[in-house]
Amino acid sequence: MVDNKAMIHVEGLCKSFGDNHVLNGVDIDIHKGEVLVIIGPSGCGKSTFLRCLNLLETPSAGRIFLDGVDITAPSVNINKQRQKMMMVFQHFNLFPHKTILENLTIAPIKLKKLPKAEADEKAMSILRRVGLEDKAYAYPSQLSGGQKQRVAICRALAMDPEMILFDEPTSALDPEMVGEVLEVMKELANSGITMVCVTHEMGFAREVASKIIFFDQGVIAECGTPDEVFSNPKNPRLRDFLSKIL
Amino acid sequence: MRKRLLNKKYAYYIAAIAVLLIVFAVVGFAAEGAASADTGFFAEFKAKLINNFVKEDRWKYLTSGLLNTLIISFFAVIIGVVLGFIIAILRSACDMLDKKNIFTKTLNGILKAYLTVIRGTPALIQLLIIYYVIFTSPNVSKLFVAVISFGLNSSAYIAEIVRSGIMSIDKGQFEAGRSLGFTYAQTMWHFILPQAFKNILPALGNEFIVLIKETSIAGYIGINELTRGGDFIRSRTYEAFLPLIAVAVIYLVIVMILTKLVDMMERRLKTDGR
Repeated sequence: MVDNKAMIHVEGLCKSFGDNHVLNGVDIDIHKGEVLVIIGPSGCGKSTFLRCLNLLETPSAGRIFLDGVDITAPSVNINKQRQKMMMVFQHFNLFPHKTILENLTIAPIKLKKLPKAEADEKAMSILRRVGLEDKAYAYPSQLSGGQKQRVAICRALAMDPEMILFDEPTSALDPEMVGEVLEVMKELANSGITMVCVTHEMGFAREVASKIIFFDQGVIAECGTPDEVFSNPKNPRLRDFLSKIL
Repeated sequence: MRKRLLNKKYAYYIAAIAVLLIVFAVVGFAAEGAASADTGFFAEFKAKLINNFVKEDRWKYLTSGLLNTLIISFFAVIIGVVLGFIIAILRSACDMLDKKNIFTKTLNGILKAYLTVIRGTPALIQLLIIYYVIFTSPNVSKLFVAVISFGLNSSAYIAEIVRSGIMSIDKGQFEAGRSLGFTYAQTMWHFILPQAFKNILPALGNEFIVLIKETSIAGYIGINELTRGGDFIRSRTYEAFLPLIAVAVIYLVIVMILTKLVDMMERRLKTDGR
C-alpha cells in the first residue's frame, strides 16, 4: 500500500488553524536524492506544508510516511524521526548563547552520543566546507546574516540527515548575501542529499530543482520539472504568478 | 586601570554606609543630646555603644539573629527557586504543548490557584497559618516552619518571573531545538532556560532582596532573627536608636553584597560576545 521507493509519502494532508484552512489535501511522494522546490504566492500554505513534514505543525488530517513509517501515528517517537530531516529556518534560529562550534555539536553529542572530540572534528570539517572555520569560536551575534544561514545549514548537516527542509532560507537576508547561501545550497544539491526547499529564488529553482511544485490555496496546483513549470505552465494561476515575479 | 576601577567600587560601598551612619547619627544625637547636654558628645556616644552592644554581650543578639536570618533566607531561596522553576516550566508546557488536554488543563488550573492564593495573601498570615494551623506539633522546629513558609511564598513570585523569561525567548529557538530532534524537556534545558535565566536575573535578584528583608517577620512566631535581636536589645536598654540603626545597616550590607553577586553573575553570563 505504501510506496516503498518514496522516502516521504504524503497522503491527504490537511491543516487548518481554526476556520482558516491552510492545507486542503496534499498528496505527494518525495524520492531519495530529489531536490524539490516549492513555489507559490504568500499564504498558499507552502511553509505550513514544510512545517507539517517534520511535525512542527500537527496536521489536522492525512498521513505522512517517512521511510515507510507513519510519523503522524501517536506511537511514533517523533524526536527520533526528526533527526533524519533537519530544518533550516528563514530566521536562522541559531542558539545565541552558544558558540558556532557548540551550535553544530550539541545535537550530535546529546542526541547521537558522539564523543565531543569526534563531534568537534566533524563540525570543523563541515565549517571548512563553507569557509567558516575561522568563526568556530565566535558567537552568532558576531556573524552576518549570510554567515548565520550558512552556519544554520552546517548545523543541519552535522546531524547527517537524510533530508533537509529549507523554509525560505534567503528571505531574511540582504540581497548581497543571498548568493553565498544559494551557493552552499547548490553544492548540497549536487552532493545528492534530499532537499525540500520553499523559496522565491526562481533562478535557483530553475537551476537546481529536480521537481517543482506550485502551491495554490492549500493544494498542489501544478507539479513538474523546472522546464515544464517555467516554460510551459498549464495552470492559469501559475502563469499569473510567474508573470509577476519573472 | 583595573585596580583603580576596583577601588572606585569599594569606595562606593564604604561611602554609602558612612553616609547612612552619619545621617542617622546626626539626627539621633541632635535629638537625644539636647536632653543631656552636661556630658561630652563622644563620651555619651561611647557609653551608649557599650550599653547597647557590649554590656551583657548584647551584640550576640545581633549575630545570632543574623545567623538565623541568613539560614532562613538561604534555604527559602533554594525552595523558592526550585519550586518556582518547576511551576513555571509546567505552566509553560501546559500552554505550549496541548491546550485541550484535560490533564494539562487541570494541572494549569491547580498551579494558577496556587499562585493566586500565595500572592493574594500576606506573607505574615501565611507564616502564622503554617505555624499555628498546619505544623501544630511542638516538635517542629520554628526555623523549619519559617523556611517552608518563606520558600513557598517566594516560589509563587519566582514562578511568574521565570515564566516571563521563558516567554521572552523567541519561538524560533524552540522550533530549532525540536527540529534538531531534542525533546521538549531537552529543548527547555539546553536552549530556553539558559537564555531565559540571563534575562530574568535582575528580577530574580530583586526577589532575593525582598525575601531577605521579609524574613524580618519571622519574629512573629518567636524566631530570634535579626530584627527581633535588635528589638530585644531595645527592650533591655530602653534605647531605640542604636540597636535599630545597627539592624538597618546589617540588612543594608547583606543586600549590597547580594546585589554585587547578582551583578557579577550577570556579567559572567554575557556570552553573546558583545
